[in-house]
Amino acid sequence: MLADALRARPPGLDEAFALVDGLDDALVHGLARLDDDRAAALDALVGAFSATPLADRVTEAIGKIISGTVTDEHLAVLAGCRLALLGAAHDALLTDLDAALTRTREPHPAAPAPAGGAAGSMASAGGGQLSAGSRSWLRELAIAGWRGVDHELAAGGSPAVQALLGEPSRRRLAVLLDGFAAELRAAAPVATLPRVPVRRWADLWSRALILAQAGRPAEPGSPVDGRPAGSGTLVDGRLLILGADLHEHPTVFRCQVHGLLETAGGVRLVRTSVAAAKVDTISGAAAWRMLSAFPILLAGLAEHRCLEVARMTLTAGGDLIWDETRASAGEPADPFVSARVLLAGAVATSTAPLDRHPSVIAEPVLLEGYTATAEAFDLGGGTVAVETDRLPAAGPLTPELVAGSTACIGLLRFDGGRWAVQPIAVRSTVRKKAVTAHTGDWALGPTDAKAAKTEAVAGTAVDVLRERAGRLLRK
Amino acid sequence: MTSEGVAYERRGAARVIAPVRPRKLAKVPFVELAEDRLQGVVSSGSDVSRVYVSSITAREHGLSCNTNNNRPCGGLSGAYPCNHLRALVEAAVAQYGIDRVARYLRVEPPEEETEIWSVLHPVAAPGRTPEVFSSFLRHLGYLELPPSTDPLPELQWFPAAGVVR
Repeated sequence: MLADALRARPPGLDEAFALVDGLDDALVHGLARLDDDRAAALDALVGAFSATPLADRVTEAIGKIISGTVTDEHLAVLAGCRLALLGAAHDALLTDLDAALTRTREPHPAAPAPAGGAAGSMASAGGGQLSAGSRSWLRELAIAGWRGVDHELAAGGSPAVQALLGEPSRRRLAVLLDGFAAELRAAAPVATLPRVPVRRWADLWSRALILAQAGRPAEPGSPVDGRPAGSGTLVDGRLLILGADLHEHPTVFRCQVHGLLETAGGVRLVRTSVAAAKVDTISGAAAWRMLSAFPILLAGLAEHRCLEVARMTLTAGGDLIWDETRASAGEPADPFVSARVLLAGAVATSTAPLDRHPSVIAEPVLLEGYTATAEAFDLGGGTVAVETDRLPAAGPLTPELVAGSTACIGLLRFDGGRWAVQPIAVRSTVRKKAVTAHTGDWALGPTDAKAAKTEAVAGTAVDVLRERAGRLLRK
Repeated sequence: MTSEGVAYERRGAARVIAPVRPRKLAKVPFVELAEDRLQGVVSSGSDVSRVYVSSITAREHGLSCNTNNNRPCGGLSGAYPCNHLRALVEAAVAQYGIDRVARYLRVEPPEEETEIWSVLHPVAAPGRTPEVFSSFLRHLGYLELPPSTDPLPELQWFPAAGVVR
C-alpha cells in the first residue's frame, strides 16, 4: 500500500515541476539575459495562471520582465507563481501519502481577516527597511543570474543579513539568507562552477523573497509584548518523542524533534524545534553544546524520556513552541513503542499556506519487515530510497546501521522527483547483537568512545571561541 | 553527478558546501576567504590578550600581518611569510581543503600537492587590520545571539552535515 503510493505520482505533478523548472532555468543566466527559449518558458506561466486570481498580475509581471523591466513587484509575482505551483505539488503529494498511511490531517485554519489591532503581531517597526535591503540584493541576484554571481555579488547580502540578525523577530529570514549567501560565497565565481544547483538556489531565493515582503505576520516563536505571537493555542500534555532531525549551515544548528503529543483531546503529531547560532568551525557532535539552554529537551532525547508540557503554545501548523519553563522530564519512553502504539492514530496538521513546498514534507513513519541495504528499503511490493545524505555526524546513525536495520522510524521526504526515507532511529543487528540508535542519542554528548574523543577535541573549539569572544568582544 | 538518476540540478537538498573539517582553534581561531583575501586571526604565542591579524590577497599574494593594535609583526619581512601567516594558511587548508583555498587565491597547485606556499609568489602588502578584526568580532558575535524556538521551515533545505567519509 505504502510502496504503491511512493511509486505513484499525482496527476499534474510533472507539468507543475516543468513550469517551475522553466522559471528556475531563467534564473541561471539571469533575467537581464533571457534568450528566446527562456523567455518562452517564463511565458508558459502566463498561460498556466490564466484561470487563477493571479492572472492579471502574472501577465503583467512576466511581460515586463521579458521586455527588460525587473522591479521588486515583478519579482514578488514570480516568486508567488513558484510558491503556488510548489504549494499545489505539496498538497497533491501529501494527500496521496496520507491516504496510503490512513493519516488524518486537519486543514489549516483560515487566516483571520486583518483587523485594526493586528498591527501588534506584525513584524516590528523598522522591519520594512530591513526587508528592503534583502529585496534589493535578491533583485541583483535575479538580474545577474547564478552564473553571474562573483565574489562581490555573493558578499553583497552581508549587510542585510547582519541587520536582520540584530532583530529577533526577523530571525527566520536572517537564517535563510545567511545560509544562502554562504553557499554563493563558497561557489563564487559561479561562472566557472561545473554544475549549478538550479532548483535549490531558486527555492532559497524565492522563499527569501516571500519572507522579505512587507507586512508578513511575525513568527510564532518571536515574542510580542512578552507573549508568543501568532494564532497558537496553549496545550497541556505529554510529548512522546519519535526522533530528532538535525539541520545545519555555517551559522546555525537546529534540532527539530518529531513527536506525539498526548492531550485530553487525543494524540497529535507535532514538531518542536530549538536552534542556536554558531560559526562554521563548530560542527558535528560538538554543535549540541550550542543548545545547552534546553537541558530538559536534550535530556528527553538522550535518555529516551517523554516530556510533560504545561500551557505550551502549539501553532496551527503543528509546531510546539518549545519553552523549557513549561516543560519537565517524564517517564522513560521507547520511541519505537510510542510509534507502534500511537502513530497510526495520531492526527496531523497542515502546513501554513505560504510555507507549503514538497521539500518541507517530512512525514514520520514506522517501517518494519523490510529488507534493507544502505541505499534502499525493499518494502515488499516496491522499494524506497534511503536519504543517506541526511545521516548527520552529530548522531550515531551510520549507513552500516541502516543497512543492517530491521525497524526504522523515518521521515518520508520528496526531493529530486522521488520519495525517500530519512532514518531518524533504527533497530539493527550488528555482529549478531541487537542495537538501537536514535539521531538524538548524543544530545548530551556522544555515547560512543571514539565519537566522544572527537567531540572533546572539537568541543574545545566552542570554549576557545567563547574565551576569545569574552576577551575581545566587550572592549 | 547524479544520485541514483536524480539530477543534482533538480534537487532541493543538493549539497553545495563541503562540510568544514574540524580543526583545532586555539592557534588560529578565525580564518575566512573574503574581500579578495585569505584572512584571519592568529593567537599570540606569548600574550593571551594579543592576536595577530594576518592576510594574503588573492592574485597578487600580498602578505600582511599586524597585531590587533595595528603594530607590524616583527616576523614578517617583505615577501617572506611569518609564522602567523604560515599558521593561517595551514588552518585555511585544514578547514576548507586545498582546492577551495587555491581557487580563491587564483593558483593551481599540482595534483596531490598538499602545501600551497610552493605556488604562491608573495609580495609585501598594506594590511587592512581593522576590517579583518571587525570581521572576526562579527564572527564571534554569532556566539552571543540568543537561541531560537521558531519553527524555521527553510532549515529543511539544510540537513546537518554528515560524517566526512
